[in-house]
Amino acid sequence: MEIQVTLNGKTVRAEVRPDELLLDFVRKQGCLSVKRGCETSNCGLCTVWLDGKPVLSCSVPAARADGRAVTTLEGVKEEAEAFGRYLAGEGAEQCGFCSPGLIMNVLAMERELSSPSAEEIREYLAGNLCRCTGYMGQMRAIEKYLNRKGGCACGENS
Amino acid sequence: MFRAREYVKVKSLEEAWSLNQKRSSVLVGGMMWLKMGNGQKGTVIDLSGLGLDEIEETEDAFVIGCMCTLRQLELHEGLNREFDGVFRECVRHIVGVQFRNGATVGGSVFGRYGFSDVLTCLMALDTEVELYRGGRIPLEQFADMPYDRDILVRIRVRKDGRRAGYASQRNTETDFPVIACALAKKGDQWKVSVGARPKRAQSVIICGDMSPEKLAEEAAGQFSYGSNLRGSEEYRRHLAQVYIRRLAKQLEKEA
Amino acid sequence: MERTARIVGSPVMKKDAMALVTGKPVYTDDIAPADCLVVKVLRSPHAHALIEEIHKEKAEQVPGIAAVLTWKDVPQKRFTMAGQTYPEPSPYDRLILDQRVRFVGDAVAIVAGETEEAVDLALKRIQVKYQVLEPVLDFRRAKDSPVLVHPEESWKSLCPVGADNRRNLCASGCDSSGDVDEVLSRCDYVVEETYHTKANQQAMMETFRAFTSMDAYGRLVVTASTQVPFHVRRIIAHALDIPKSKVRVIKPRIGGGFGAKQTVVAEVYPAIVTWLTGRPAKIVYSRYESQIASSPRHEMEVRVRLGADREGIIRAIDVYTLSNTGAYGEHGPTTVGLSGHKSIPLYGKAEAFRFAYDVVYTNRMSAGAYRGYGATQGLFAVESAVNELADRMHMDPVRLREINMVKEGDVMPAYYGETAGSCALDRCMAKAKEMMDWDSKFPAKDMGNGKIRGVGVAMSMQGSAISGVDVGSVTIKLNDDGFYSLMIGAADMGTGCDTTLAQIAADCLCCELDNIVVHGVDTDVSPYDSGSYASSTAYLTGGAVVKACDSMIRRLLEKGAEYLNAETDQVDFDGKRVYRLDGTGEISLKDMGNQVMCGNGKALEVTESNTSPVSPPPFMVGMAEVEVDTETGAVKLLNYTAAVDCGTPLNPNLTRIQTEGGLAQGIGMALYEDVTYSPKGQVYENSLMQYKIPTRLDVGNIQVEFESSYEKTGPFGAKSIGEVVINTPSPAIASAVAHAVGVQIRELPITAEKVYRGICQHSHLET
Repeated sequence: MEIQVTLNGKTVRAEVRPDELLLDFVRKQGCLSVKRGCETSNCGLCTVWLDGKPVLSCSVPAARADGRAVTTLEGVKEEAEAFGRYLAGEGAEQCGFCSPGLIMNVLAMERELSSPSAEEIREYLAGNLCRCTGYMGQMRAIEKYLNRKGGCACGENS
Repeated sequence: MFRAREYVKVKSLEEAWSLNQKRSSVLVGGMMWLKMGNGQKGTVIDLSGLGLDEIEETEDAFVIGCMCTLRQLELHEGLNREFDGVFRECVRHIVGVQFRNGATVGGSVFGRYGFSDVLTCLMALDTEVELYRGGRIPLEQFADMPYDRDILVRIRVRKDGRRAGYASQRNTETDFPVIACALAKKGDQWKVSVGARPKRAQSVIICGDMSPEKLAEEAAGQFSYGSNLRGSEEYRRHLAQVYIRRLAKQLEKEA
Repeated sequence: MERTARIVGSPVMKKDAMALVTGKPVYTDDIAPADCLVVKVLRSPHAHALIEEIHKEKAEQVPGIAAVLTWKDVPQKRFTMAGQTYPEPSPYDRLILDQRVRFVGDAVAIVAGETEEAVDLALKRIQVKYQVLEPVLDFRRAKDSPVLVHPEESWKSLCPVGADNRRNLCASGCDSSGDVDEVLSRCDYVVEETYHTKANQQAMMETFRAFTSMDAYGRLVVTASTQVPFHVRRIIAHALDIPKSKVRVIKPRIGGGFGAKQTVVAEVYPAIVTWLTGRPAKIVYSRYESQIASSPRHEMEVRVRLGADREGIIRAIDVYTLSNTGAYGEHGPTTVGLSGHKSIPLYGKAEAFRFAYDVVYTNRMSAGAYRGYGATQGLFAVESAVNELADRMHMDPVRLREINMVKEGDVMPAYYGETAGSCALDRCMAKAKEMMDWDSKFPAKDMGNGKIRGVGVAMSMQGSAISGVDVGSVTIKLNDDGFYSLMIGAADMGTGCDTTLAQIAADCLCCELDNIVVHGVDTDVSPYDSGSYASSTAYLTGGAVVKACDSMIRRLLEKGAEYLNAETDQVDFDGKRVYRLDGTGEISLKDMGNQVMCGNGKALEVTESNTSPVSPPPFMVGMAEVEVDTETGAVKLLNYTAAVDCGTPLNPNLTRIQTEGGLAQGIGMALYEDVTYSPKGQVYENSLMQYKIPTRLDVGNIQVEFESSYEKTGPFGAKSIGEVVINTPSPAIASAVAHAVGVQIRELPITAEKVYRGICQHSHLET
């Protein structure tokens, strides 16, 4: 079947299988930042935005994206790089395989929550697994990033 | 790997119902569980174009469309105000925000999964499901029915002034529950539901004035429990009693 | 030229960091050619069976199928998939496909086709008739069982590790000093307990994967997500029975390894497809396959006898380890050694020790290397026993360790007689104690709401490379305009060694980090390196960088002297130029780089190898604070503090992240990660839905500090960091729980239900 998707701001028409997952679709479209880490909706590596909301692209039928806007990290390059610099500044990207999914969810959180506490940040990002860092370095990066313009309530008591 | 021959975004419930009469058809909610299957499906039926993704508050009830996401339950102010935040509490442990932005209430309730937090929570309230052909029936009755090819359209939760609480225990914060308990009180009537036993949630109603200890003992004793990877039958029985008691105390304190 | 740490010790960003955080296509699957055949493996539903008949004709008829291979189509020479230096201690017990299948998930057939759909269909069409055999599932009954996992004549052990396939033994041995039984008989306190650690999955986010193709020279090019590119070359050559000269291995960016990718889990499958068909091929393991047919931590049961005198001086340690290697012997003979050799030496005053072990085959998934590599298992046992000794003596376990711990300058008889040349374990203990506010929290505090908080402590050591075995090599060359290429054979798997090794080079060559470009691993180009495992890269390959830089500077001086018409001893190098000491002339590095490209007979390129007769241990102390619900047994980790002595931290950001990450993995192991089996031998935890690794809500607050010693044999005083950090959480958390509710859990993981049962038993005994 044919679908029409606004992928990272560009209109894309493509033929998809009825059982095709959005994850495989966006990778085929060249958005290789999007990774698969499991088959059970547990890891968060495949996070993209569907009409601006973070979703697991492994769990969205490509056909459902018809007529909707899909954003991958390739579509928010500047913001991703801005936060990514903080992440890298802590060495908290490590192997980097989970970074694009994490970054997409951090940027979604930034849009959705104003001045989140450390606990709210942890809860919002709980679905982004990372096996390298133990999460502490990611947290340091996120707090510094949000604090760059005073948007984070998380402070010394967090 | 999950395979399908056709994907139909239906224009009406009637179309969805007709397509769904074929055994090879399948209704897709959030696609969380469906994609893990190995089977070959015929038609995948998508209800996402029917405007069933709203939570509507009427005078005496909340009407929740089947395509509402768990995240909507979590964030809905009215629902959480009316029922002491149980909706937020019952879904916040479910994997992560992205998962809850995808998983649907209809999928969760129709699936009647043993581990379902949502089913457990709804069951402590005065909840009805609206089936396309079967009409409105109490959630308890629906939970006991065998799977059929009807369509769950909406869920209605009556605003009857009851107060509610929800508690669960998990091996990790976002794992399936080892036990899930919901408790609601109206007048001198308690409604207790326990899920992840690991069988699907069931509820009991207990009347009369009694201590949280007595209530917990009486209620927990009325359910059957089983063992799986996450906990044994005996442990679950114990946990159910502990959490029912704690919830009762919590409701007592807040009263 | 003086070597001063300038860039070493500073928290510079990884050289590949911005590519990773901007989602560049740099991983194996991102760079695989589009026309790769899809390769999948048909897996055994039985724990132990012989393939009586296998029919593949119907599978071959599926349109788009390029190859269907069964045991009849593969070489019949046994090999090991363990990424170790040749001759490998791991037995040669594998075939790519075997007529005998030895665990649920073992490979039965390989299918390659143009689309995934075609391959899936073909897999279903292979008809197999199995003769189902009785399996050996209980590792306690495997030794001398009448059922043999490897009865075949062609089984072979290359090294004297005490292996005997006729007894289901992958290895067996004993090491001792003094008369342990006699000393124990004279001890005032003897703790004798048995501890059980389970298999754990490394669960790196990028599953196993590789793609292969033939190049213009008729050679097989393997691009693999691996920690051991040179071992992959040898193993592929062994498996396919082809000359090593026919294989080239390339390592792109890796999505984590943690030891999993020190075993050649997936590479042989596309390799044989490409070798036989000539077509490019790719395998990407599903998470399911990565959970059921991979290379998890060895399950071990460790019996400890620990004796102390009245004052608490530990005088004898007796350790017996039973290790479960599963269906194949990868890393079996070597992991077990660390369970004794990296635990007993922590206690410097013991007069006698004994360490004996058996490693057995069973019909379970084959085990492999996982961060900590046996030390983790041994340290859970020995550190728990020390904690139990302290509790029985009513002594603070910190104090008990303070009077017993190994000190700088001590000889360690149970660590191959090596001397602890650099050891800040005492300072680590003091620091961790201060960070935890131990004295005010020990042993426990009743919160008055049905919850009790407890604290626990543990120590850990590891090695830095395998002494006398591992080799790290580095090539440095000067290019035009004076930039250097640093060619390494060590595999950066996200750890950042491409960067830390460049930091060392930049300080040795007195230049900026950006003046050094790093080339990751290509076995055709890179100098030989055993690979990134055994905590070897910073220490050993780092040492090779220092050596290579020294040689490069000598070359620069020689060449510079030539250009300046001087003798070598009349010139010096300051990083930017070679200059005459008398001030009469100089030539810049840039000019030299350009000038040697014209009329030059001596390359400004050097290669140096490094190996080490010693393996200096990094040390650390970890402390846990937990809150236990006395009614449910639920354990919540509140705080974890750790003080680490890894010698000089080469890059404080990266050493910190290594530590925090290793602790989080250790926390998962302690509290919930488990691999369990059905009675038929199927793994229950076959996905990330069932195998729970910690989320950011589960790890509590992890705090890390460094208490550095200076290791003279290491580059800029560095020792290793990668593995030592995973060992303390299990014993520290177990002891914290014991202090809170009096329940000492000796079988991991420490689940709420186990604690609850312990509490019940306790109150039963008390009433």
